[in-house]
Amino acid sequence: MSKGRIKPDRQEMPLQDAIERSKNFNEVSLGYTLEQALLEASRCLTCKKPQCIEGCPVDVEIPSFIKFIQEENFQSAINKIKEKNNLPAICGRVCPQENQCEKYCIIGKKSKPVAIGRLERFAADWEMKHGDTKSNIVEPTGKKIAVVGSGPSGLTVAADLAMLGHEVTVMEALHIPGGVLVYGIPEFRLPKAIVQREIDSIKKLGVTVKTNAVVGKINTVDELLQKDYDAVFIGTGAGLPYFMDIPGENYNGVYSANEFLTRNNLMKGYLFPEYMTPIKIGEKVAVIGAGNVAMDSARTALRLGAKECYIVYRRSENEMPARNEEIEHAVEEGVQLRLLTSPVEIVGDENGRVKALICQRFELGEPDESGRRSPVAIPGSEYEMEMDTVIMALGQGPNPLVSQTTPDLQTNKRGNIVADEATGQTSKPGVFAGGDIVTGAATVIKAMGAGKKAAKAIHEYLTAN
Amino acid sequence: MDISKELGVGDDNLFQIIKKEVLAPSIKLFNVSAPEIAAKAQPGQFIILRIDEKGERIPLTIADFDREQGLLTLIFQEVGRSTKELGELNEGDSILDLVGPLGMPSDIEKFGRVICVGGGVGVAPVYPITRAMKQAGNEVISIIGARNGESLILEQEMRKVSDELNVVTDDGSAGMKGFVTTKLQEILAEEKKPDLIVAIGPLVMMQAVSELTRPYQIKTVVSLNSIMVDGTGMCGACRVPVGSKIQFACVDGPEFDGHQVDWAVAAMRARMFTDEEKTAMDGYHHHAGGECQCRKAE
Repeated sequence: MSKGRIKPDRQEMPLQDAIERSKNFNEVSLGYTLEQALLEASRCLTCKKPQCIEGCPVDVEIPSFIKFIQEENFQSAINKIKEKNNLPAICGRVCPQENQCEKYCIIGKKSKPVAIGRLERFAADWEMKHGDTKSNIVEPTGKKIAVVGSGPSGLTVAADLAMLGHEVTVMEALHIPGGVLVYGIPEFRLPKAIVQREIDSIKKLGVTVKTNAVVGKINTVDELLQKDYDAVFIGTGAGLPYFMDIPGENYNGVYSANEFLTRNNLMKGYLFPEYMTPIKIGEKVAVIGAGNVAMDSARTALRLGAKECYIVYRRSENEMPARNEEIEHAVEEGVQLRLLTSPVEIVGDENGRVKALICQRFELGEPDESGRRSPVAIPGSEYEMEMDTVIMALGQGPNPLVSQTTPDLQTNKRGNIVADEATGQTSKPGVFAGGDIVTGAATVIKAMGAGKKAAKAIHEYLTAN
Repeated sequence: MDISKELGVGDDNLFQIIKKEVLAPSIKLFNVSAPEIAAKAQPGQFIILRIDEKGERIPLTIADFDREQGLLTLIFQEVGRSTKELGELNEGDSILDLVGPLGMPSDIEKFGRVICVGGGVGVAPVYPITRAMKQAGNEVISIIGARNGESLILEQEMRKVSDELNVVTDDGSAGMKGFVTTKLQEILAEEKKPDLIVAIGPLVMMQAVSELTRPYQIKTVVSLNSIMVDGTGMCGACRVPVGSKIQFACVDGPEFDGHQVDWAVAAMRARMFTDEEKTAMDGYHHHAGGECQCRKAE
């Protein structure tokens, strides 16, 4: 690095005011202005041997696209990203860049790393306003692939295979495609119009998306293979909510985060009764867990009118699995952290509604198998918190509908489908899998990375003979 | 042929109402075009539909299916705003979303002597199960009940597929006066004990049937219509303790062993959105021009 070079500071993301935004569902992060994008892009050294790409699960050529931004050639910037990433407007918003590309940025060694994610979002949003997406003009191969699930991994597989000339049909159980991008991640973090636009651009590649199609019920994987398809990709995600198995969990007012977020995001419960799906919140809300889903739930609860909202987590702040930015945003908006605390019982009233949460305090002991210091309960430390709603955000398991109806599909003891990490190949010929259904609940970009690998492997499988 | 077209699902698909019938004052029947679901549907399963963009996902049991004509029969009672709006649809109208078949099919085999009990609109899901039980070679005794003769549905259909049909009404305006349990008690007192009871209807009825059969240790299958959102096991809204386990009605059920169901929890969870249901109905009255459409609570 040349000493003489003047680097501007890392550009802050413009945000909606914290008080204001805690009352609405509009997007919190407003996106870089053109000036900010150019200033931020100018911080990139466009290294000859870039480290950042190593942190990207889909190998986006980061310095190349940033160089195009420096040159104000935004169409080329987004084209460069899209060579590797079919969902840039989404990844630019929800990827944990601090643990991926930006973690490896050389600038980050002495200063703050280049805001790669924000620049990715800028390029994707620029295209939405100004660009035109190319249509797919590849010679059809005549091969047909069924993609089960329309979340991040499924959409990635579909797009990559369509670009190679294969005929792809995506089957989605819900009435809107997008999977967790639609039912899970709230509007204020990922506007549904953005997801819709990305899906539309994948459809432009020739992909067919079928909603209301529950594979495992309307047809099985075997039927798909026998009747019409040359290969099947399973990307059914982490669609099985975990509960704590503590007394009182069935009282009215206890939701799984999946239920709470689905009511709100997919069904637009926040617009009840204009939209017909109700969501009930009360004044005091506890969210159990401290991952991104917990933060999304807590911030949603505030927007639905909760007066007090707590994150209840049995470890300390250092162990919280959510992205730092999500925790910061939640706290700014008024979410309160009750750390080293875990519920032992939910108390209900005579009508079966949640009335209180009995919590126990914890302290940190020796590191456990995850390497994190394990929480140890403090005997006699139980105390009661008045509560109207309790949301369980303890993580999600694999939804068993597909594996239950596919006898020769090998799963592990947790129910995850066993698939080769490099190819997504399962125990069943012609059947590939990737994303949360294989790894357990992880991130959008990891699922996309798995989708990329699987698409490559499926292409090789289909063109081998 | 492309199975994705065969699926009959997707963006431009229409689930058209081919036939509409009013079976009882608040109970309606639709025949809906849904060839691929009809091809796979089995007794005991259900579908979820959404009327329009703003609609909630409404789970309804499948009352019948015609594989050749690609039709599903849905029978529903207008109990809240969404089912009232559904009831306003007419022949030729289409339903925006229809997904299924969901849930586990009924366990149909030759048990011997089977008693099929249906209460109110619960007669609808009991009908295909009764037919299948009869086809499987069982001796089938049916009991169908309603508040009064006017509310009784599917009497002729049930008669055709039962060796013996018993009709009971609360007020005695059709069949014998009493509850389905009144008749069931009589049958249980007979010397020849049934091998299986299938009971579908209001929670209180299914609970009463289960309590009645418990001392006789006769397996009693009930079907729970719990509150649901996705219907694929993703949200857990429909959870209910069954024996020592928490079960999801949408994927583990909807049928469960009535002797194992925690009825108190099931009843409590059914009341989750009572206030919101009132709010929605107030909006419906307003939307219907202020004209009162109240009905006596079921």
